[in-house]
Amino acid sequence: MDAKTAKAVPHNQTEALKLTAQGDRELVMTRAFHAPRRLVFDALTKPDLVKRWLIGPPGWSMPVCEIDLMVGGAYRYVWRHADGKQMGVRGIYRDIVPQERLVCTELFDDAWYPGEALLTTTLLEQAGTTTLTTTILYVSKEARDGVLKSGMESGVAASYDRLAELVAS
Amino acid sequence: MLGHITCMIETFKALADPNRFQIVELLLQGPRPVGDMVERLHLQQPQVSKHLRVLNAAGLVAVRVDAQRRIYALRPEPLKALESWVERYRRIWEQNFQRLDGLLEELKEQGEKTWTQKPPKPCRITKRKL
Repeated sequence: MDAKTAKAVPHNQTEALKLTAQGDRELVMTRAFHAPRRLVFDALTKPDLVKRWLIGPPGWSMPVCEIDLMVGGAYRYVWRHADGKQMGVRGIYRDIVPQERLVCTELFDDAWYPGEALLTTTLLEQAGTTTLTTTILYVSKEARDGVLKSGMESGVAASYDRLAELVAS
Repeated sequence: MLGHITCMIETFKALADPNRFQIVELLLQGPRPVGDMVERLHLQQPQVSKHLRVLNAAGLVAVRVDAQRRIYALRPEPLKALESWVERYRRIWEQNFQRLDGLLEELKEQGEKTWTQKPPKPCRITKRKL
């Protein structure tokens, strides 16, 4: 197999992640991938694939990844750190357009912000490049800003490219 | 760490007000006396003073007295802390996405293998000739 070549990604093929605040209650994350969107969609929805990239900072792994990909179906992710710490999230799919759009709720086990968040992910393919846009809608401004605060401690929230974008929201 | 988070929350709270945010924007250009800010923001002096007190308490501004005037300047530390947090979190997601880049390359190759019945063209020979 070509496992080695498959892992090597030429530097110019990675696109910078953009993350901005939108309005009072939303975070928007945008990232381009040099792959057709059917593959990106697979990587977002097939547990065997999700487990291979959605791991977070070094030291973490993803022992649980269950996805029932249908409207009303649930997903469940659990991450574990080498030191024993554990973190889980669950949600329900609200809308699914294969290869194009995924809408789901998100609720962390030890939620540090009130209410469920609603995640809308769209995939736009152009000349072999797929742009992923995820909009995270929180129940309130306090919840959105709570996510920002928590990022300090848990490393799970969202990020901004620049301070200016953060505060100019 | 907890102290750090508390500071961050204070920074967010202080910046969350549109008028205070405008004051910070003004001060990004350089230190200013209160009167100057009152003029530019079209606010009453007591209002500006109140906002400056909040910004001061959050450590976002420092004040010095020059003759009769109180001159305010930004303190970069809280903003730097905010920026470094933002950068750290961006890095975590970027690590995820770089792994996804690698995975997608792998899937693309697998796809080519599945769909291509013919063996790849003998480009190796061409290379040898070169």
